[in-house]
Amino acid sequence: MSRHITVRIERCVGCHTCELACAIAHSQSQDIETMMMAGEKPGYRIHVETYGPRSIPISCQHCEEAACALACPTGAVKRLAPGKPVLVDHERCIGCSMCVQACPFGVIALRPDGKIAFKCDLCISRLAQGLDPACVSACPTKALVLQEDELSNKDKRKAAVQKLAEAREAGAEEVEALSG
Amino acid sequence: MARELKYADKATQQLFKRAQEEQIPNVWDRYEAMQPQCGFGTLGLCCRNCSMGPCRIDPFGNGPKTGICGADADTIAARNLVRMIAGGAAAHSDHGRDIAHTLLLISKAPDCDYKVKDERKLKSIAEVYGIETEGKELSDITKEVAKATLNEFGRMEGFLSMATTAPPARVKLWKKLGIMPRSIDREIVEIMHRTHIGVDADYKNLMKQGMRAALGDGWGGSMIATELSDVIFDSPKIQKSSANLGVLKKDAVNLVVHGHEPTLSDIIATLSQKEELIQKAKEKGAKGINLAGICCTANEILMRHGIPLAGSFMQQELAVITGVVDLMVVDVQCLMPGVAQTAKHFHTKLVTTSPKAKIPGFDHIEFEEDRAVEIATQIIEAAIDNFSNRDSQKTDIPRFTEGIVAGFSTESVFHFLGGTYRSTYRPLNDAVIAGRIRGAAGVVGCSNPNVDYEEGHIRMVKELLKNDVLVVTTGCNAISCAKHGLLKPESAFKFAGQGLQEVCRAVGIPPVLHLGSCVDNSRILRVLANVVAEGGLGEDISDLPVAGAAPEWMSEKAVSIGMYFVASGVYTMIGHPLPIMGSRNLHKYLTEEIEQEIGGKWAFELDPVEAAHKMLRHIDKKRKALKLKPMIYPQAFKPEE
Repeated sequence: MSRHITVRIERCVGCHTCELACAIAHSQSQDIETMMMAGEKPGYRIHVETYGPRSIPISCQHCEEAACALACPTGAVKRLAPGKPVLVDHERCIGCSMCVQACPFGVIALRPDGKIAFKCDLCISRLAQGLDPACVSACPTKALVLQEDELSNKDKRKAAVQKLAEAREAGAEEVEALSG
Repeated sequence: MARELKYADKATQQLFKRAQEEQIPNVWDRYEAMQPQCGFGTLGLCCRNCSMGPCRIDPFGNGPKTGICGADADTIAARNLVRMIAGGAAAHSDHGRDIAHTLLLISKAPDCDYKVKDERKLKSIAEVYGIETEGKELSDITKEVAKATLNEFGRMEGFLSMATTAPPARVKLWKKLGIMPRSIDREIVEIMHRTHIGVDADYKNLMKQGMRAALGDGWGGSMIATELSDVIFDSPKIQKSSANLGVLKKDAVNLVVHGHEPTLSDIIATLSQKEELIQKAKEKGAKGINLAGICCTANEILMRHGIPLAGSFMQQELAVITGVVDLMVVDVQCLMPGVAQTAKHFHTKLVTTSPKAKIPGFDHIEFEEDRAVEIATQIIEAAIDNFSNRDSQKTDIPRFTEGIVAGFSTESVFHFLGGTYRSTYRPLNDAVIAGRIRGAAGVVGCSNPNVDYEEGHIRMVKELLKNDVLVVTTGCNAISCAKHGLLKPESAFKFAGQGLQEVCRAVGIPPVLHLGSCVDNSRILRVLANVVAEGGLGEDISDLPVAGAAPEWMSEKAVSIGMYFVASGVYTMIGHPLPIMGSRNLHKYLTEEIEQEIGGKWAFELDPVEAAHKMLRHIDKKRKALKLKPMIYPQAFKPEE
């Protein structure tokens, strides 16, 4: 079973905290004030985009048939095992940006220094310590959740079923009122 | 999350453990729940000053580099910082204004519950304002001084008179730079104007106004608060007392005062000794009335009445968790609304008294200075009535207390150095000149859950003492030093270098001198001015081998204090940086370039020992410039050759 970062769109307030948390988690010092002093710019692997009044954070989906991995000429972009995230092997990456072009979500970029591709690694080092990815733990409204796909589907199905049931009840009351 | 508080005093450790085990709400848990905190706010890059925004600058340069109006990181961080100064200066100064009002009341209503207790101090203030005192009735002098000080707040022309008591070279510099405060309120208002959409966008110009408003606090609002408090409540006298939550008593009515202004608590301190009220407490089964304080209200009544310190800002909830606080009465500033949540687990009654500070979950008994005794009695009686509601199953008083000696003031302490018959700053200056004392440091300020509680305060102070630096303290640092046994004369022999030990032994003072509450940082300014006036250590405060520090700062008041020390020419070290780190230019200006202009500067260092070393390096730099003698005794942290 694989896990993805699920976005609960209705909760996102567009504060960009996930972006900063991502940059800090992928920095040398892990401290934003020290990063400022050192001029360190590790870049974001998650981006808050907007559509109308909605803000939606978007990052790598770790696709099963990952276009980036298929496009990579050196085999640098790959999934190490089924159900695991798609990662970039820094040793093998030549910075050709084929993966950047191939990604249908626009969430892979070349690192600010231009040498290699960088994308969401699902914070594998944090996961190994039993922590959530940095963006997930930083989100102040819990709009981001790391969930088993099945669990998130279950939640969505329940919400949909609830709506249907409520509509049905409202309809029944209406029928009752008319016939009464 | 399990926190250890390994540097905290033992009473705090014990009660924090209890809070964790019993899931009682507290500041440390709320801090954990807030992690990670907003990076834009931390760096000072969020602007909410108009409704085109809110705006924020991308600190890593990918997103917007300016706000919608075009303000860049420098402008936004600078605006936010000076608004913090406005908040801090407003808090201190409003405190000063209230005290001045009480003085005016005394002059108008001689039968009121307050009196002029220090006539000499009143006359010395009259002198600052050119008020003739010879052959004049005390009530007339009182009225004129009250009016003159009140006039400082909304002064329409000229400059703040109180600020002219700074060394002449300093006043000249302030005037040259255009930062001599014109009034107390005006400078605060002008900050609000300049930071409104579309006004001042030049970070250096904004800092100038920040300095001017801060000086209006230190040499104005705060100084008026201190001086007039001495007039009304008496100048501090050397007091023996004790500190930490162990001062609460199992068998007495425990009344805790918390906040900053002494006006109500001073009356409570006197009344709680009254036989009639003690008798009432006895009728309820208590052995008496036990008064203790938290935060600066505590410092105010400690130095005038010897009332014990229950604890600092971080301990306000822990006091309730002892289960024996029958009533906590608060006035203004540093009151955590969270105390109300903690108190839900206990019988403690919480009471707000200022019309400026009402808190959900607190009862409100409004304080009016012309009915002071009546209201104070009502509050003490409410505490007595609540004694019988105590749940003995829930009480947990830590047995930890420390002995302290407090109550030093600008006038008293340094005169001690000269002995009763030679009342002068000469011996202090000579000790510095001769290399017996390396310099002096004011270590002050708040506590903050963003650092290990008390690590910054205690480790920094000990490192300074070890290197023959005399430490003066106020506010919550004073309370931390008290709890850790640093305010006892004998602590000199345990912690101070040999030179400082000799001075402490000769005079019989602790190596850390408790100078009062946070408005009493103005006493430190006065000490610095007096040392300059005494001669031999340069012409200005910026020549002195001194440094200031607030290792665990958190409040806007601390920013204002820091800024008025910097603008007075003092090297000022804080632990966690100011929220300006998103602006490289502003950071460079405040921590480097500003020294060329004003003689003082900011420094940020989280490691308290390293911070102390940086302060020592600054002190050494000043000693070298003054061509002072090498230190008499070897120093643990060696001066550079």
